[in-house]
Amino acid sequence: MTEFIQQILNGLSLGSIYALIALGYTMVYGVIQLINFAHGEILMVGAFAAFFAITVWGANIFAAIIIAMIASSLLGVVIERVAYRPLRNSGRLAVLITAIGVSLLLQNGGLMVFGTDFRAFPRVIENTHYKFFNGSITITSYQILIFTVTVVMMLILQYIVQKTKVGKAMRAVSWDKDAAKLMGINVDNIISVTFAIGSAFAAVAGVLLGLYYNTIYPLMGLMPGLKAFVAAVLGGIGLIPGAFAGGFLLGITETMVSGYWSTKWRDPFVFIILILILIIKPSGLLGREEKEKV
Amino acid sequence: MVYKCFGRGRVMNKWAKVVGLLVVLLALGLAAGCGGGGQEEAKDTGDTIKIGVNYELSGEVATFGSHTKDGIMLAFEEINANGGVLGKKIEPIVRDNRGIADEAMSVATKLITEEGIVAHLGAATTGCTLAAVPVCMQYKIPLLTTSATNPDVTVDPKTGETREYIFRTCFIDPPQAIVGADFAYNDLKARKVAIYYDNTNDYSKGLAVEFEKAFEAIGGQVVATEGYGKDDEDFRPTLTNFSKAGADLIYVPGYYQKVAKIISQARELGIKLPFLGADGWDSPELVSIAGAENLNNTYFTNHYSSSDPSERVQNFVKAYKKKYGSVPDSFAALGYDAAYLIVDAIKRAGSAEPEAIKEALAQTKNFEAVTGTLSFDEKHNPVKEIAIIEMVDGKQVLKTKKAPKS
Amino acid sequence: MDKQRLWLNVGVAATLAVVYFAVDWLIKTGIITPFQQLNLYLIGINIILAVSLNLIVGFTGQLALGHAGFMAVGAYISAVLTTKIGIPFLPATLAGALAAALMGIIIGLPTLRLRGDYLAIATLGFGEIVRGILINIEYVGGAAGLIGIKQYCTWPWLFFWTLITVLFIKNFINSTHGRACIAIREDEIAAEAMGINTTKYKVLAFSIGAFFAGIAGAIYAHYFFLIQPNTFSILKSFDALLLVVFGGLGSLTGSIIAAVFVTLITALLQDLAQLRMVIYAVLLIIIMIFRPQGLLGTKEVTFEVLCKKMGGTTWHCSK
Repeated sequence: MTEFIQQILNGLSLGSIYALIALGYTMVYGVIQLINFAHGEILMVGAFAAFFAITVWGANIFAAIIIAMIASSLLGVVIERVAYRPLRNSGRLAVLITAIGVSLLLQNGGLMVFGTDFRAFPRVIENTHYKFFNGSITITSYQILIFTVTVVMMLILQYIVQKTKVGKAMRAVSWDKDAAKLMGINVDNIISVTFAIGSAFAAVAGVLLGLYYNTIYPLMGLMPGLKAFVAAVLGGIGLIPGAFAGGFLLGITETMVSGYWSTKWRDPFVFIILILILIIKPSGLLGREEKEKV
Repeated sequence: MVYKCFGRGRVMNKWAKVVGLLVVLLALGLAAGCGGGGQEEAKDTGDTIKIGVNYELSGEVATFGSHTKDGIMLAFEEINANGGVLGKKIEPIVRDNRGIADEAMSVATKLITEEGIVAHLGAATTGCTLAAVPVCMQYKIPLLTTSATNPDVTVDPKTGETREYIFRTCFIDPPQAIVGADFAYNDLKARKVAIYYDNTNDYSKGLAVEFEKAFEAIGGQVVATEGYGKDDEDFRPTLTNFSKAGADLIYVPGYYQKVAKIISQARELGIKLPFLGADGWDSPELVSIAGAENLNNTYFTNHYSSSDPSERVQNFVKAYKKKYGSVPDSFAALGYDAAYLIVDAIKRAGSAEPEAIKEALAQTKNFEAVTGTLSFDEKHNPVKEIAIIEMVDGKQVLKTKKAPKS
Repeated sequence: MDKQRLWLNVGVAATLAVVYFAVDWLIKTGIITPFQQLNLYLIGINIILAVSLNLIVGFTGQLALGHAGFMAVGAYISAVLTTKIGIPFLPATLAGALAAALMGIIIGLPTLRLRGDYLAIATLGFGEIVRGILINIEYVGGAAGLIGIKQYCTWPWLFFWTLITVLFIKNFINSTHGRACIAIREDEIAAEAMGINTTKYKVLAFSIGAFFAGIAGAIYAHYFFLIQPNTFSILKSFDALLLVVFGGLGSLTGSIIAAVFVTLITALLQDLAQLRMVIYAVLLIIIMIFRPQGLLGTKEVTFEVLCKKMGGTTWHCSK
């Protein structure tokens, strides 16, 4: 039983990271229906920004996170301006290919600029272990930190989207771009803001990934990015609580499969579950079934 | 005329712009590639001996390929500074195979048939090497791989015959696993072992299999075996299972990135057991990722130790540090050795003809290399001692050297 | 009119025959270097992949990201048949392709009712499942891959299969079935209202695409000596999609030109070592920005268009 609880706890921390990345994914998707494949790479750049802030400038963790968020936001906005905006009225696939191109560029540019080595992310926060039930269950302070940050970030995002003026504008743009424009909303600015916020979230996820796993690497965003995208779809893409639910579900499923069955079958199993969920509920766990209008 | 026929002149203009951009970019790229790419490519072909360097410089395993390349380039630089070989300079031609098998084959084909190399170095991974092997066999160019450990690289599994033109500077899985098992049983007195290997990597898998065989052959017991994937980041569930299975040693024949995380996560969970690994551990990053304290009571088998006091090793470490600013890992050392070995073979052959180089390579006896004194056996695998390294407060300490008893 | 058609077909056939024998001769005399020959095979494989994926994405409008999965099925089944069981190349290729097509039906039936990105992610998942399963099967070499495959695929095979793929898909598109597929792309509900069995046609297009992806896989396996699960990762699916979008969704000739162009660019950039993927990515972004509809949009390059472009007044262009 304690082992089961331990696995759940491990799954929750893994799921938190997926959820955090998925939040940014889902937000961008919700507003412009673009699968931003470069999201994982924005995360990577954020992690490296924090890394250099700490090792070169000697910044503390909070300053490093702020720097990472600024760097990633700028990158996200620039990517949107340069690579996505000219294609806004073209087919969605063209943007998708451009996104893949941006992702390739950042990965390989990262390999050239940052080098091919795995770098150790400085352990700026003490990782304390809290033991329960005679040490059979361990929770680390990193796990608590990651979980808390993810919950707080989700609440902030939910607040921004539901309660603020910018959020209202985002929802309007997401609903109908042209109508939003007619209502006096500056669609371009709103999309830029969306990218900035989404990318800032990615930066936080990047720093947490670096802390949690100790390493950063130019290709570090690839797999977590893909998994987070799966998580977003699982929960119902475009929905903030969906990203949250999908992230946790994915994280817990993964740790359960590796803990009770075999790590080797983890990925195939996770994707089989994904397909089954989509077959049963085509719009994701929390997605509402939309009737197609004729 | 044409525009009118299509009625879309604007589009055509745009199209012309794209073509223009393309041309400019290509030109820029080519200029940057030749000028700033760090590849000393002399255009004059008569006075140089061309050697192909086919490595994984981008993609997921870029770190192995680029370190090996660094070692190779350092060696060729030294050799050229000392006057080259047979009165000619060595001209390394570096190409990236992205860690993809068909790219490795394409690169090998181009290097051999268009660039006219006399010997082929690479690749780092077994998959890419196996893709280059048929090409080198077809065109009769000697191939020297630095880290492809699969036995099938030098021996055709169907006929059991040694591939005439294929050699390697690294030891293969069985001797390394045998030495590891010997050390675990006799030196660390381990009796029950759990094995945790990288399931997506044939090198790691091969070691796991061979270790299990060797360890059970000398009387030990394997209580649990589990694989992890290359994208796994969370090893806590499996580690929890291992400690429940009653293991007194965990064998982790993987690469340092994951191993470091496995060990630090194990220590986090309060698992204090000794860990034993293999040459994939060798990287300064192991310490910075796992933490010096966590690594106490861990050991690994390796090609060489940068703390080896021998003059050859220390000179290499010094030169490498000076050029690249870091301590060379095994990949760099093996690459460095491979470059010297090829040049040594050319010298011994007295000719830079592929056929002569191959003959000389096959007869290599007691070649003094950074990674040990090397001779090739009849399967073109090197026979050399294996170093066992203990991690003490974040420092690699040469514990002992053992020859495999098989 | 029929007579013109006939002459046109004769002309096309003659051109193809000339190309076939010319390349055959050039290979035999060694004028085409081994490296160029290798790229010729890559071009062929890429054409088959692009054209077959275009049927699914470009003509039927279903965004699928699992093409590498079908390719892997074709490659592994055919390679196992030739290396482990000793079946000749042709039946092995067909078996591999049929297995891929079957897989297409099995995967297509439940998932093709998903729309847009949900279908994309489901097919992406399928590709990853295939790869994950292959890694776990020791019989086919696991992660290390299947080695020791004979290089059975020669120029005649490559030419034959590339030609068959293009001709088959071209004729399919021009048939009633193909029209039904295009109708689904344009408006699925309207198509259904017109009495088109949308599920049937989507699955049909999907399995035909999968069949030819399987062929591409078989050719790949029997030219490159070894296959590894990681060769058929999501990146391979992206590569195929890239060719389709780059050439123009719904343009077969666009796909062909894109396959040739991208393969050549990749080969040209090879000398740049590390820098080449950066340049490749930049090129990709720039081209998509300047040409979002792809090289040809939905247009086709045909003999008629070529004549017009030359400004010619030959008889069949004069109207």
